[in-house]
Parts: sequence; C-alpha cells; structure tokens
Amino acid sequence: MSRAVLSVSDLTTSFRVDGRWTDVVRNVAFEVGERETVAVVGESGSGKSVTAMSIMRLLSPTASRSTGRIDFEGRDLLSLPPEEMRKIRGNRIGMIFQEPMTSLNPVLKIGDQITEVLRRHRGMSHRAASAEAVRLLDRVRIPSAASRLDEYPMNFSGGMRQRVVIAIALACSPKLLIADEPTTALDVTIQPQILELIRGLQEEEGMSVLFITHDMGVVAEISDRTVVMYRGEVVETGSTAAIFAGAEHPYTRALLSAVPQLGSMAGTPRPMRFPVIDLESGDKAPAASTADTVRRDAEPILSVQNLVTRFPVKKGVLRRTVGHVHAVEDISFDLREGETLSLVGESGCGKSTTGRSIIRLVEAESGRIRIDGMAVRGVGRHDLAEVRRQAQMIFQDPFESLNPRMRIGAAIAEPMVVHGLATPEEAGRKAGELLTRVGLSASMAERFPHEFSGGQRQRVCIARALALEPKLIIADESVSALDVSVKAQVINLMLDLQEQFGLAYLFISHDMAVVERISHRVAVMYLGEIVEMGSRRDVFENPQHDYTRRLMSAVPIADPARRRQRRVAEGEIGSAFRAIDLVAPKRNYRQVAEGHFVLE
Amino acid sequence: MSGLDTDTTEAGKAAPASVSPLRKTLAALFRDRLALFGIVVVTIIVVAAVLAPLVAPQNPYDLSQLDIMDGRLAPGSHSMDGMLYLLGTDDQGRDLFSAILYGLRISLLVGFLSAGIALVIGASIGLFSAYVGGRTDAALMRIVDIQLSFPSILIALIFLAILGQGVDKIILALVVTQWAYYARTIRGSALIERKRAYVEAARSMALPDRRILFRHILPNCLAPLIVVATMRIAYAIMLEATLSFLGIGLPVTQPSLGLLIANGFNFMLSGDYWISFFPGLALLVLIVAINLIGDALRDILNPRREG
Repeated sequence: MSRAVLSVSDLTTSFRVDGRWTDVVRNVAFEVGERETVAVVGESGSGKSVTAMSIMRLLSPTASRSTGRIDFEGRDLLSLPPEEMRKIRGNRIGMIFQEPMTSLNPVLKIGDQITEVLRRHRGMSHRAASAEAVRLLDRVRIPSAASRLDEYPMNFSGGMRQRVVIAIALACSPKLLIADEPTTALDVTIQPQILELIRGLQEEEGMSVLFITHDMGVVAEISDRTVVMYRGEVVETGSTAAIFAGAEHPYTRALLSAVPQLGSMAGTPRPMRFPVIDLESGDKAPAASTADTVRRDAEPILSVQNLVTRFPVKKGVLRRTVGHVHAVEDISFDLREGETLSLVGESGCGKSTTGRSIIRLVEAESGRIRIDGMAVRGVGRHDLAEVRRQAQMIFQDPFESLNPRMRIGAAIAEPMVVHGLATPEEAGRKAGELLTRVGLSASMAERFPHEFSGGQRQRVCIARALALEPKLIIADESVSALDVSVKAQVINLMLDLQEQFGLAYLFISHDMAVVERISHRVAVMYLGEIVEMGSRRDVFENPQHDYTRRLMSAVPIADPARRRQRRVAEGEIGSAFRAIDLVAPKRNYRQVAEGHFVLE
Repeated sequence: MSGLDTDTTEAGKAAPASVSPLRKTLAALFRDRLALFGIVVVTIIVVAAVLAPLVAPQNPYDLSQLDIMDGRLAPGSHSMDGMLYLLGTDDQGRDLFSAILYGLRISLLVGFLSAGIALVIGASIGLFSAYVGGRTDAALMRIVDIQLSFPSILIALIFLAILGQGVDKIILALVVTQWAYYARTIRGSALIERKRAYVEAARSMALPDRRILFRHILPNCLAPLIVVATMRIAYAIMLEATLSFLGIGLPVTQPSLGLLIANGFNFMLSGDYWISFFPGLALLVLIVAINLIGDALRDILNPRREG
C-alpha cells in the first residue's frame, strides 16, 4: 500500500434523538491507499453508511455532529467550510448510492444530468460537455451512448441506471469513489456486471474506492482490504485475504460462518443448518444436518398443473387490452409433506406470482391447483377459507406484513379465533406457546411490531403462520430483507419447524446460496416459465439450462482465494410482455435424470 | 449468536414498557405547548357550557329573571338589584355572559354531533368504496365530487329552506354538507393501506372481509381522519353560527352564538359593541383553540415526521 488518499482517525458521529445525543459511530479509524479498494462491511445498524455520510459531510448539520479527523489530500474534511467541501464533493470524491432511481432526477434527460456536472465542476461549454457525456457513457459500457443522451431515467433498466450514476460520479475524475451498497438493489445477474465495471474503472482511472456493503460475497470479490464494523465500532481491519482465512474477532467469525457459500453443500443429500457461533467465545458448533422429513409415500400436499397467470396491459383512452404480461406460463409441480421446493429467479420471473396464485391472492387464468387434495380454483368462499388454512404465507418484509396497530399476541391469536379453532383465552395462551416455539418469549405478546428487530419480527410472522397449523408454508423472499446472521438463524428455525411439524415449504427466493441450504428440490424460473427443475443436488451440481448456469455464476463467492477471472455474462433480463393474439407455443421438457427436467 | 439479533438503533429506542400508539399520540400532544393551551381552553369552554345552569348568574331565557330596564348596559355595570353584568346586557336586559354560556351549549352540541355523525357515515362510505373498488368506488366518488363542488353554505341553505328550523334539522344539514370530506379522506388512506402486505397477510389467513376492513384497515386510517375531524368540528360550529346569523339556522328559542351576534349587530353603529363583540370573541377563541389542537395532531400523526 502506498500513501493514503483518505485517512479517517478517531471519527465519532452522534445523532440528536429527542434532544439527547447518541453516538452512532465511535472512534472509527481506517485508511484508503492509492489505487486501493477498501470495503466497510457490517450489518444494519453497524454505522457503515453513517461513516460514509460523515466523510462526505452529507448528514444534517443540526441533528448530527462528527468529531475526529478525516484527512483527504492533506486537508481535514471535518474542518473545511461548507463551500470548500462542496468543491470536493462530486469533484474529488465521487459517490454512488444504493437506489439508482432515486439518485437520478426522473424529469431530466440523462444527458442533461451528466452535462450539468461537467459544466459546473469543470467549466465546460455546452458542446464540449455533451461530447464528454457520450465518452463517459461509453466508459460505463452503455451501448450506443450518443443516442441515449436524450432519454429519461425511466427508459433505463436498473442496471443501466446504476451505470449512469457511476458515469456522473466519474465525471470529474475523482480521486476517491465512495460506493454505498451499489449492487444491493440490483438483480442477481446484473450485480456482477456492475462490480466488474467498478473494478475495471478503478484500474483505468487509478482511483481509490471505498466500498460500503453488507454482503461478504461482494467483499471477497472486490476489496483489497476490509474494515468490519459492529454496533458503531470497527472490530477488525485487515487484508481481505487474511480476514477470510482467519478472522480474529468472534463477531467477524460469526458473520463469516453465517454467509451461505455456493457449492458448500456438494455431496450432502439433505438441507443443512447453518453453523452457530458463540459471540463471546467465538466457539463454533458444527452445522447440524436435518433428518429426512420428506414423505414420499403419501399424496403430494400441493399439486400445481399447467398454471397460467397473465396480467392485461391496457393502453389508450378506451383502456383497450393491447397485450398481456405472461407472469406465470404453464407451470406444473408437486410438493410433498416435509419437503422444500425452492422457486428461484430474478425480479419479474413470476416466482412471487406463482406463490400468490396458489392461494388465490391473485386469480390465475387457467390451471389446476390442489392443496391437500382440495381444489383451490373455482371454489366458493367457504371452501377457499378451508384451503387457505392449510397453506400459510410468510412475506418478505416482516414489518409491512404485521398490522402496526395490533399487539403481536392479538395478531397471532386472531386467525385461531376467527376460524373457530380456539376461544380467545385459549388462543392467547397458544400465541404465547407459539412465540416460545419460534425463539421469542411469551411475555412479548403485549408488544407492538415496531418494538421488535427485523429478525424478531420475521419470527413473529412465522409464529402467526403456524397458528392455523398449516401443512404448507409459502415463504415469499422471507429471509431476503434480513441481515446475514439473522438470516442464518431464521433458516435454522425453519428447518427445525420442518422436522417438528413435517411442514412443506414453497421457498421463493432470488438468493441461490440460501436456496442451496434449505431446499430438497429446486425449480428455476425465467420469464414466467420453469426452465429447469430437479433435486437440489442435480440442479446445483449438474445445471443444464443456460439461465441456471448464468444465475449460479452471478453469485458472489465469499472466498477471496476463489476470486474468479470470470467472464461476466452481458445482457439484460427480458420482458414477459406478449402481444394479445399470441398463441403460446407448446414447450417440451427433456429429462436429464430421474426428476430432473430442463426446458428445451 | 442471539446477540446479533438486536441491532443498535433498535436497542437504543426500545422502551421498557409497551406503549400503545394512542398513548404515544396523547403524550406528544400534551408536550406541544400550543396544543396544550388549546386543550385547556377547549376543556374550560366545554365544562363551562355543560355546567351553564350552575355557573351562569341567570337563566337568560327565563323571562321572569330578565328586566327590560337593564337593557343594553355596558360591561361591568350592575343591575337594579346589585347583580354584576360582567359582559353587559343585550337589548332585552339579558346578561350576555350567561347568554354566551347557554349559546355555547347549542354551538358545541351542533358542532360535535354533526361532525361525529358525518364522520361515521363518511368514513363508512369511504372505507367501503376503497375496499370494493371498481365501479361502485367510481360512482361513490363522483357523488363526493359533486358534493364537494358546491359551497357547503349553499347546500345547507337549500336544506334548511326545505326542512325549516330546528336543532335536529341543522345537524342534518351539516351532516349532509360534511360527510363527503370524511369519505374522501379515508378512501385515500384506505387505498394505500389495502395494498400493504399486512392486509394481504390477513387475506391469506382467510379472515372475513368485515374483519379486515374494521380491525386492520380502519385503525391504520384513523390518523388523517382524526385530523380532519378536529378541523371539521370547528368548521361545523362556524357554519352553524353563520346560518344562525343569517336567521335560518336555529329558532330564537334556542339561541346559539350566531344568533347572539346577529342580535347585537343592529346596535353596533350606536356604539353598543359588546352585544355582538363578546359572543363573537367566544366563537373565535373556541375555533382557534380547536384548530390549535388540530394543527398539533396533524404534525404528530404525520407519518413522514418520523425519520
């Protein structure tokens, strides 16, 4: 490492909450050398983003305060007057944020947003700025850049928007680029494209990069050195290779062991729990395998045949239907008691719509669905209520899916009372038992959802789903919004419950690594169709379809030693919009092995 | 590994005892100085109005207690038998202070009752409209549009012209002019709440529609409704006063503040300002105080305020 470009020492940032000052970040110190990529990694609430915002001085000057030193190019950023700081921000230090749509102005043309920066910071003429904008868009590999200057952000896909944001950040050839979770909001196969781009640009421009992320896989892929933050403090700093090879701090070790690693399950037939690490001592309890829960002798608990769900797209004054989004197209599968089938795919592939169609939260167009032998489609309200008792859903955002004005005890008891399974007193007692069962305590029943942390809330949602003693649980991205360590705990809990109650899970997720841990069988979806389905081992160890391979190669590997010189697949995700008169072609599946099918 | 489960921001915020949203709102309301002032003023006015028969020096509508000789006395003067007319008397020798207290009874009754009934009707219609959606929703909302495009006073005038005078009739007229505001307000928030995941979760648990509507969606739509209701109570009182001032609201036997103002209006130019001025002042204080509470509630219940 050569001379430090950015040197942070003794940085403490506090926020004023209800008139009291609370430290959010304490005594943070690290350096970013020339041409070096440093990752700041931590879970939500660890203070990693606040650290980045403090460096840029983007926090509210009245409700926050920072002390310490932040040296950048020989000057202390914390003591600079605001107008000096403005010259550095966006000029010497570029910044990329998580959500590309919100960091672009939706009503301004892309070209104008880039030239504005060039003209302000670099004093270019209108003509020179336009030419430079085209060059910048070329640099971030946006195809036919010149013709896209006059387009608006909404015409760009998520990944393309993030490229534009990067182009703007690069406009003034910054010395340092701060990237705050730049790939988190993007689709799995788009993520490595952006990572690759940032890495490439760093080499070409000779920049330093400060990379903020929660994803250990991304850290392993991109950073030279790593700063681990926990509860507002730096717990460990070191070269990325060293940290992954042998972390000192128990927290780092716990974090690393909770990171699902693609391929770590090779050879194991059944789902496996995550290893548990004690935070105090750092002792590791080995990952426990699960018992064989699948009941192959009985009828499947869920059977889906030729399910089709389409949404009309309407246009014009008369709202004529001009076409359909084929969200789910001719899908068939079975799910047995005690089995976990994962539906994997990227946003828009129809995996959530499939789950929602199954319990008729959206109405399917055609197809047969049977849950525990009962027909789901074309039945009346009473029968539907019966069916929905057998199949419960757990949603992605546990906070959103709990009524904020209801105590959680009442929320768990409610379905039991409504369905006449228990009197209010019994239901209350049972709610307490369920809370204990999911690792909370019965005394928490009197609390409101906002008084829990994210992981606890998801446990509450699981308890509520269990209240009706269902046989099938549809988990729609249920662990995606959780921190890694919490995610591991919730997965372990789900596996425990599967053993205890013989639950069947339809596990809907975009996260291949988690899917590998939890599933017995896997179905890969792309644009509404299942392109490949088979046992977890077959799909992961012998992927047949191009898209399955692409999905797997996109997963960042949390091991710097295995950092690949990979070729990143280019290209965007297609659209499932089809013309109104389209007759869906008959699709055939080829059998690779027993129970392993691939779309031809 | 359970230590990882609680992140710092939440650990810092977690209260030892569980506080219901209602209590939190009330606590915030009492912390706001202007709102506290409003609450105190409204409470004093309401208590005084309710206890008027006990508090007032005379019953202004018992003719045997009035003395025409005491007509139009200035504030602070005494009657023949030594009684103090704190705020003066009107042309019939009525103690204005007592008249205002009795007038407030009617004004408050009309204001709160009409706003309350309009709230129940409007909120039910709005909630139903949002939940059902489609054509029913469109039809109901066009009715609301039509209703809102007429000035309230015009609708009330037409209604009273048809129905005649009386407390019940003016309450009815005020309900008719106001339900649409509640319907529009709650429909907006119900449309947002209806799409949120907890409603979907309730549907997936096969809870009956009625329960989803009243136990899940309604409590989450209450915040804007409460704010609108507070402001609307003040508006209803004002509208009633306006109608009574115009002489088409309440009969002379049940004089509200508006009627008192109208009574004194004839004597304004002859310098006897107090007959109109003090009832007007009472009306002003009441409405400002209610609006102070409403403003504070709007700030407290604004979801964007929490950041």
